[in-house]
Amino acid sequence: MSTPSAHVASLLEQFEADLLTDWLREQAAVGGRLVGMLPEAERREQSRDLLALLRRAVAEAGDEVRLDRQAWAGLREFLGNVSRSRALQGLSPSETAAFVLSLKQPLFARLRTAARGDADQFADDVLYVTRVVDALALHTTEVHQKGREEVIARQQADMLELSTPVVKLWDGILALPMIGTLDSARTQIVMETLLQRIVETGAEVAIIDITGVPTVDTLVAQHLIKTVTAARLMGADCIVSGIRPQIAQTIVHLGVDLTDVITKATLADAFRVALRRTGQRVSELSGSAKADAADAARQ
Amino acid sequence: MTERIPILRMGQFLLVTIQVDMHDRLAMTLQDDLTEAITRTGARGVLIDISSLDIVDSFIGRMLANIAAMSRILDAQTVVTGMQPAVAITLVELGLELPGVRTALDVDRGMTLLRRAIAEESGTHATSDDEGRDDDDDAN
Repeated sequence: MSTPSAHVASLLEQFEADLLTDWLREQAAVGGRLVGMLPEAERREQSRDLLALLRRAVAEAGDEVRLDRQAWAGLREFLGNVSRSRALQGLSPSETAAFVLSLKQPLFARLRTAARGDADQFADDVLYVTRVVDALALHTTEVHQKGREEVIARQQADMLELSTPVVKLWDGILALPMIGTLDSARTQIVMETLLQRIVETGAEVAIIDITGVPTVDTLVAQHLIKTVTAARLMGADCIVSGIRPQIAQTIVHLGVDLTDVITKATLADAFRVALRRTGQRVSELSGSAKADAADAARQ
Repeated sequence: MTERIPILRMGQFLLVTIQVDMHDRLAMTLQDDLTEAITRTGARGVLIDISSLDIVDSFIGRMLANIAAMSRILDAQTVVTGMQPAVAITLVELGLELPGVRTALDVDRGMTLLRRAIAEESGTHATSDDEGRDDDDDAN
């Protein structure tokens, strides 16, 4: 009696074309979206390549099903690429796994015919095929997941870069409009960028506007206080503005002490304070000058 | 002869600029020299410029806080100027928030601040040596 792997390998070789046809039919029956999204020819090619690689791997590796071994490397890599490209196309993990899992049905059918009533042989073969296909399916799911995670990580990095603009509001006045949820990594970057810009521009007042921040927890409040203190040490004043009613309530309920921090309800209020601190004033023009300026602005 | 950080006298102020890497011994010497110089000259204000200081450890951080606090006790208004972001962050993380010490972005602004502080202290708004941009007294 031959070993299951040898048995399966010879089966794969003997019925390659039949298996491919059966498998493709099975895929069509299982995964609606999978079939719809990929052209028939491409799917056929992928399936054929995979079957060839599987045959080689099974023949080489013997009964040991360990995907981290050299014998499986080719198959593993090929499957990884297929899975990654499907993840990017937006297919779900189960749809990706179904592609591999649907190989079981045709293989079992062939094994049954080949065993010709030898129950022990059939059971061994089925067990072997199940282990192989399951391992492959797990691998695809894992790669799929990893692909998604990479996308998320990249988006997070993009967001970090985009979300910390320090703008010059007036001579000697910087503003930092913060938008989105603050976690400690982001707040850290915000802090560093702001302090760096204070050095570069020599601004005496910096306004941190948190109108776009949905929630503030103790950690975020702590970071805000640290930023304000660090700016003070450098010789600049920090004003926190845009504190919404809910956030004011949260801050008090959390017992965060913001007494050393100048807080204002709106950015406009903070700007007014900042102007006074830097000894500047924005005033309305008088009658005729106003009309002149309006005309000039219109042109 | 040990290495020293020069303490310059400018009228009623003392000017200390730290241009080299601070190490522990240097900081100790500075502490001795500065306190001694303040009592000797009767200086009314001390300006410590640390714009060339890129990194501090916990010891130097504490020494900075101490030196500033000591000159404050010796009745000299103290201004620390030009602190780098990294240094500021380190000091905050260490909990050394330099209470009672004034800070300014550069030496120029530090001097203005010092003059104003002393003018306020002596109760007379001696504006003769105040320059330009300090008509915002009421805001502070």
